[in-house]
Amino acid sequence: MTLDLRYTEEQEQLRDSVRAMLTDHAPWARVLKVAESPEPDDADLWRLLSVETGLAGLAVPEHLGGAGATLAETAVVLEELGRAVAPVPYLGTTVAAQLLLHLGESGLLRELAGGEPMALALPFDVGPAAPVPSADAGARSAVSRSRAGSSPVSGLRLPGVEVSTAPDGNPLLNGTVSSVADALRARMLLVPAGGALFAVEADAAGLTRTPVVSLDETRPLCDLSMWNAPGRLLAAGDRAASALDAALVAGAALLASEQLGLAQWCLDTTVEYLRTRYQFGRPVGSFQALKHRLADLWVELVQARAVARHAASAAAQGDPDARLAAALAQAHCGPVAVRAAEECVQMHGGIGFTWEHPAHLYLKRAKSAAVAYGTAAHHRATLATLADLAPASP
Amino acid sequence: MAEPVTAETVRERVDGFLAGHDPAGDRMEFLRARFDAGLAWVHYPVGLGGLGAPRVLQPLVDQRFAAAGAPDNSPRRIGIGLGMAAPTILRHGTAEQRARFLRPLWTAEEVWCQLFSEPGAGSDLAGVATRAVRDGDGWLVDGQKVWTSMAHQARWGILLARTDPAAAKHAGLTYFLCDMHTSGVEVRPLRQATGEAEFNEVFLSGVRLGDELRLGAVGEGWAVARTTLMNERVAIGGAALPREGGMIGVLARTWRQRPELRTPALHDEVLRLWVRAEALRLTGIRLRQQLAAGEPGPEGSAMKLAFAALTQQISGTEVELLGAEGLRHDHWRADRPEELDLLGRGPTYRWLRAKGNSIEGGTSEVLRNIVAERVLGLPAEPRQDTGVAWKDLPR
Repeated sequence: MTLDLRYTEEQEQLRDSVRAMLTDHAPWARVLKVAESPEPDDADLWRLLSVETGLAGLAVPEHLGGAGATLAETAVVLEELGRAVAPVPYLGTTVAAQLLLHLGESGLLRELAGGEPMALALPFDVGPAAPVPSADAGARSAVSRSRAGSSPVSGLRLPGVEVSTAPDGNPLLNGTVSSVADALRARMLLVPAGGALFAVEADAAGLTRTPVVSLDETRPLCDLSMWNAPGRLLAAGDRAASALDAALVAGAALLASEQLGLAQWCLDTTVEYLRTRYQFGRPVGSFQALKHRLADLWVELVQARAVARHAASAAAQGDPDARLAAALAQAHCGPVAVRAAEECVQMHGGIGFTWEHPAHLYLKRAKSAAVAYGTAAHHRATLATLADLAPASP
Repeated sequence: MAEPVTAETVRERVDGFLAGHDPAGDRMEFLRARFDAGLAWVHYPVGLGGLGAPRVLQPLVDQRFAAAGAPDNSPRRIGIGLGMAAPTILRHGTAEQRARFLRPLWTAEEVWCQLFSEPGAGSDLAGVATRAVRDGDGWLVDGQKVWTSMAHQARWGILLARTDPAAAKHAGLTYFLCDMHTSGVEVRPLRQATGEAEFNEVFLSGVRLGDELRLGAVGEGWAVARTTLMNERVAIGGAALPREGGMIGVLARTWRQRPELRTPALHDEVLRLWVRAEALRLTGIRLRQQLAAGEPGPEGSAMKLAFAALTQQISGTEVELLGAEGLRHDHWRADRPEELDLLGRGPTYRWLRAKGNSIEGGTSEVLRNIVAERVLGLPAEPRQDTGVAWKDLPR
């Protein structure tokens, strides 16, 4: 199936309205102020986006209180949020929504669509695992089969959370999960533990969220610890694994759009600065040494747009290629965003290295996002399996 | 103008045409009739091989003819005619010129070549020194052109020549259609680093061209040439391929078939290249979707820049993956290939030929300037040649 990689007219209108909102309500000086404050995010901005505009449930069906759009539209919102490095838990909540949709958790979805942030209780670097090669592929490359492990979702085995049973028969969770994103203000945490998935209320007894001093304070991390915290079982076994997998694939795919928006801001801002900054009696942007680097960055961005749109469309349509598209998107767009932010800092010269210029916020977000949902290397390893490019024998 | 042509009309036209013309009959008769039926390039005007239809319908036509086993017009052999000469003649030609040249161009009865680059005018194409001087009611042309593919088979060439050396360099140019069979045109093979002679040098000595072979006004040659160059960039970067359809497929197949060559470092390199190749392929698909929807963007230049760098790195990695075996070249004969095949022959050939990808059709450095100035809007480099008569420029 050929996916449409363009933006629809409705998506462009959505972009315009989100950008206008963020221009008014999330200028970078305010973003910096929120990042410096003890607040985990911009609560007013979140309320505006989620409750007043209904963007939290953009891809949630209308009968569950959402807007009934698709992840292709969500991706456009994320482009704009990336462009503004907006300090709101939108990405994590969107990923949580994907997990809940997979499980048909209509009650929680209604709350989420109504503006309650939710988050997966996983370290931010956990991405979708490479699938186990099929018997066919295995016959061609026995090596990769022996290395790929047995669980389709390595995330299920990652955090050290254990499940016990309370005297009343309800599950209790014990353990810690470190470096979790978008969880500090979450109303509900979705916790993988013991091969199953649990919903834990944010104010549950025994749950502690400790803020982490984070590289990216526009999306701060926290450590979760659970001490006999009561959880509600959402799913177990294969059903839990495939829901978590679907959510992580969607996360990797959607993050690419945030990275794209961030990279576009870096390029636009750098170009604008180099047009007006004079040294040696001419605009700095007239020097080929800089022009060529920006041209190369533009070439990367043009490709990142195609790759990110491909991943978003594939995720939106449940395309059989969605897993590969998401891995490709993270293998490509993560490094492009980092490079764009690095070039932005460098080409601004001294001003770009100051706290008073927004470049550092983008630099930190870009690096943090490059690790989120798996590094580029993690996703290249996934592609090795999906594209049948087996590694060397040990 | 009649109502817009739809996919349905086009399909009916093709089927109607096939009902009346035997695809297994005389090839040239078939092609000429297809042109006259407006099914050559449907986006061209009626009477010039088209139906005035949207360009997106062309693949439908080509697929339908191919499915019927119809002969094609060897599109690879006449790429310069189809991709560069034809759009330029269509846009800037007189009614007589369009009627005379487009039909035999499309049927491949007449092959075209491009007489643009010169030993002294490569990246700075507007600096060409080939002179065209008025001679009665025509022109007398003297000069030397280089990197002319297909010149040895061409019937016509698109020629950029200087008609006014006292004008500034862009202002003193005129565009001609050069008769390659007329006296004074000498074509010599130009051997390149691959050993083969894909290109030619063309020496023009007292070549007489009638004024009816001038395309566009005297002194307007640069504007006409820009039409050609825009189409050249689209032509080079624009091929649609399935996944692993390009050079990455060759490398991926070698990787799969030769496990004994694998190392961890090369594995990561192959994966990185695979990612870049797939990203570029998707970029091409998106670009084509935009063109089809009538939203052309500047992304074609990105395609060409990325394509050149990618083919060079993929082919280089392939040579290293193969080790000493990769150093065995097939031959250094000065072949004259009829069709350019970037994937043809062996790894060392691919590696060498890919070096041309960042030079031909605009060097990557010039393309970066164009992207920086025209797409990003960065200021131009200070220039020494603005407002100076071409004859007074240092060279």
